Amino acid sequence: MSTLVDYDDAVERYDTVIGIEVHVELGTRTKMFDGAPAGFGEEPNTSITPVSLGLPGSLPVVNGLAVEYAIRIGLALNCSIAQTCRFARKNYFYPDVPKNFQTSQYDEPIAYEGWVDVELDDGSIFRVEIERAHMEEDAGKNTHIGGSDGRIHGAEYSLVDYNRAGIPLVEIVTKPITGAGARAPEVARAYVQTLRDLFRALEVSEARMERGNVRADVNVSIRPTPGSPLGTRTETKNVNSFRSVERAVRYEVSRQAGVLDDGVAIIQETRHWHEDTGTTASGRVKSDAEDYRYFPEPDLVPIAPDRAWIEEIRARLPELPAARRRRLQGEWQYADAEMRDVVNAGAVELIETTIAAGASPAAARKWWMGELARTAKQQEVELADLPVTPTQVGQLQKLVDDGRINDKLARQVLEGVLAGEGDPETVLVARGLEVVSDDGPLLEAIDAALAAQPDIAEKIRSGNLGPVGAIIGAVMKATRGQADAGRVRELLLERIAQ
Amino acid sequence: MSGGTELTRLSAAALADKLTAKEVSSVEVTQAHLDRIADVDHAIHAFLQVSGDAALAAAADVDARRAAGEELHALAGVPIAVKDVVVTKGLETTAGSKILKGWIPPYDATLVERLKAAGLPILGKTNMDEFAMGSSTEHSAYGNTHNPWDLDRIPGGSGGGSAAAVAAYEAPLAIGTDTGGSIRQPAAVTGTVGVKPTYGGVSRYGLIALASSLDQAGPVTRTVLDSALLHELIGGHDPRDSTSIDEPLPALVAAARQGANGDLSGVRVGVIRELQGEGYQPGVLARFEESLELLRGAGAEIVEVSCPHFTYALAAYYLILPAEASSNLAKFDGMRFGLRVVPEDNPTAERVMSATRGQGFGDEVKRRIILGTYALSAGYYDAYYGSAQKVRTLIQRDFTAAFETADVLVSPTAPTTAFKLGEKLDDPLAMYLNDVATIPANLAGVPGLSLPSGLSDDGLPVGFQVLAPAKADDRLYRVGAALEALLENEWGGPLLLKAPELATELEAGK
Repeated sequence: MSTLVDYDDAVERYDTVIGIEVHVELGTRTKMFDGAPAGFGEEPNTSITPVSLGLPGSLPVVNGLAVEYAIRIGLALNCSIAQTCRFARKNYFYPDVPKNFQTSQYDEPIAYEGWVDVELDDGSIFRVEIERAHMEEDAGKNTHIGGSDGRIHGAEYSLVDYNRAGIPLVEIVTKPITGAGARAPEVARAYVQTLRDLFRALEVSEARMERGNVRADVNVSIRPTPGSPLGTRTETKNVNSFRSVERAVRYEVSRQAGVLDDGVAIIQETRHWHEDTGTTASGRVKSDAEDYRYFPEPDLVPIAPDRAWIEEIRARLPELPAARRRRLQGEWQYADAEMRDVVNAGAVELIETTIAAGASPAAARKWWMGELARTAKQQEVELADLPVTPTQVGQLQKLVDDGRINDKLARQVLEGVLAGEGDPETVLVARGLEVVSDDGPLLEAIDAALAAQPDIAEKIRSGNLGPVGAIIGAVMKATRGQADAGRVRELLLERIAQ
Repeated sequence: MSGGTELTRLSAAALADKLTAKEVSSVEVTQAHLDRIADVDHAIHAFLQVSGDAALAAAADVDARRAAGEELHALAGVPIAVKDVVVTKGLETTAGSKILKGWIPPYDATLVERLKAAGLPILGKTNMDEFAMGSSTEHSAYGNTHNPWDLDRIPGGSGGGSAAAVAAYEAPLAIGTDTGGSIRQPAAVTGTVGVKPTYGGVSRYGLIALASSLDQAGPVTRTVLDSALLHELIGGHDPRDSTSIDEPLPALVAAARQGANGDLSGVRVGVIRELQGEGYQPGVLARFEESLELLRGAGAEIVEVSCPHFTYALAAYYLILPAEASSNLAKFDGMRFGLRVVPEDNPTAERVMSATRGQGFGDEVKRRIILGTYALSAGYYDAYYGSAQKVRTLIQRDFTAAFETADVLVSPTAPTTAFKLGEKLDDPLAMYLNDVATIPANLAGVPGLSLPSGLSDDGLPVGFQVLAPAKADDRLYRVGAALEALLENEWGGPLLLKAPELATELEAGK
């Protein structure tokens, strides 16, 4: 076995070409070809009908909403929508495929020839060309019992759950992505991320990577120079997180460079991604892959979407993530780098809602990208999964804006909210953190501080405002931080002027 | 002749009249047919399953509803037999194959739902060639069905069980399915009536698929009117079948009643030049010519039409059918239902599938799966499946052109009368040739009817085929009923009266 080549070294000597197939499970209520619920997490083999089990005599009927969702995806990816297209049978025997063929689309996809712009970490835009987007059905799920790590190898027996069988999928296939060079892993990750955001914005899927709603197969090949013919590619299957997409491409580049350096040819094959080790392993060799014997599905009639309907769908498309980000950045007046951080942190919606709850864009960003981002990082959770709502953050900021608490107290209130003590107002009252806004106690404290530090008092009275901080600090200390430092300063200056 | 025997000789329409008039109960009618089955099916073997208790319960239910004054379907209470390729909830359904032995479907086919809703007691499931692959019912995994006209001869296929059951008075009505002639050819060789409706005219939901683009369920009866009554009941749009026609059926019963008056003035009858001559028995052709004369006498205009591409129909059919069948039959793998054969060593899923299919399928099924798999293979697809689809288009065009000069087209249903059991079993090509006249209708999706047109020189029934344009099934019934009336006038009654009486169980026991 060849050794891995250091990535930086590999990309210096080889040009990387990638191609990505993304499967997204559509969030329709029922399956692609029957009325069984397309749910998640149900008891095994309960979300089924004779159709999803492929029982003898059962027939498929196309889910109209799934077709609409597929068209939505196609339009958002700037694709042409087919005048007419057919389903085809992809024939292969496997226990999780109830009919032993998958109903898919072959040479007549619903959407073809499009593109999507992908924003990279440095803010630059990379355009990915889309070959096609087609509809198909998901397979069931095998669980292998008795072997190591749930793999089929060495298992005593396997269980099949057909709940997932027949869930509508759209598969999006890119053209070969060239010109990314060393940044190919990043482009791959950003592309999948862009699609995920798109699916959510289009409301066609919950697009939760951890549930397998979005799955990526990554094709990688390398060649000596960008002008060379394409190298032999490998296809790494089921890479199911953004980070893994990036790592899988990186690993394959290093691995393939090692093989080529040894003067050995790359084998065209399917490889499996191992999350734990961050490596890919050889799977099925493509040259003896099955012949799927595709032919048009005779149980279904062609789909010929009405042009007027397509235009109606186009007109109803929501604002897409990239356009929305541009608009919000303008409205919020964030710098490019600030906006990018917000996007990368997944905080766009959170900040938007916080602003809607009354906070200024700057304040909203300060909370989410500051205190809350730190907390999320400490707790190793996503920002959105913190036990605080954007509305609560908005309420918190309003308390600050109204002068009822200062920043320091606000952090304590937030702590209470995160600890589940209730809304900011509730925490504030319960913890007795309200800013002392009554001037009486403040004046008493100022007088006491001036009396305690006569030297400083004298300097201030003589017009040297340098040491006012010392008096203010003493007042803050006396009021346990619950005073508004600005108000203390005002009162202090008035007192001295008297 | 006992009262029960008399009941079994009546047409479904006549039984329906007696039931409506409350001269007889459905329980009596159903019991009479169950008795007849018990009497003669040992010799015929038309049934794979007899569901006597369920049929009598359904009959009692219909009688109670009638007694309560409920408005019922015209055929309510008339029992029926169903080909075993149609799934019936709670009643074993095997499609004539070992691979489905013991399979009890958890759901009803749409047409079975309609039969049940209309109150037709289901007598049982009829024998057939395995997965409807065959023209003699000899490919059933459960033994031969015998032709009531001559027990040494085939009853046709694949729906030999349904045709024989109706011909032997075991059922007044039956359901068949027709992929290349499996309703019409058995009707022809048993002296009964069979109709393949327009493709999409009867729901395929719940039909165990042979070739999805060709399969169609239809009536098997003793009279043209009975077929019309049954066709109207099972036909019409079904949202569970995407290929189902979303339009009302034409008025079929009315067309049959109109035809029975024997007047065909102004009807243009096209004789298909390519479906006669070489390969057709002289007796078959003679009966065909006599029927044409009768039609002419009734006022029909007889014209000759040419359908030049019909010559290629058989070849195209034997690529399209196996291709679709190879995929449709992939689901029989021992994983979810039916037979499971577990090899002793290393029983992986793949090896279980392989062993199950190896033991579960018969030779003809394997032959066609292999053919179809090959025809769809990369590198061969265009030459085989692709070319066959082109031929199909040409045949459709032939029909379109022919229907410009004729309202209906006619031909002998099958080139020969019933052959002997075993005669063609070792010669698949000879067997396939039996469907040469019926296959074009399936390739084009047009409807076809076969009715008896007399006996050939060998004393066996001959079938007369009527074809109509898609969605004009009413024309079959008008012309069919007219010819039936004219022929029965000549014969002095139905052709089946000329069939030999079967030895009953009682006599057989003597």
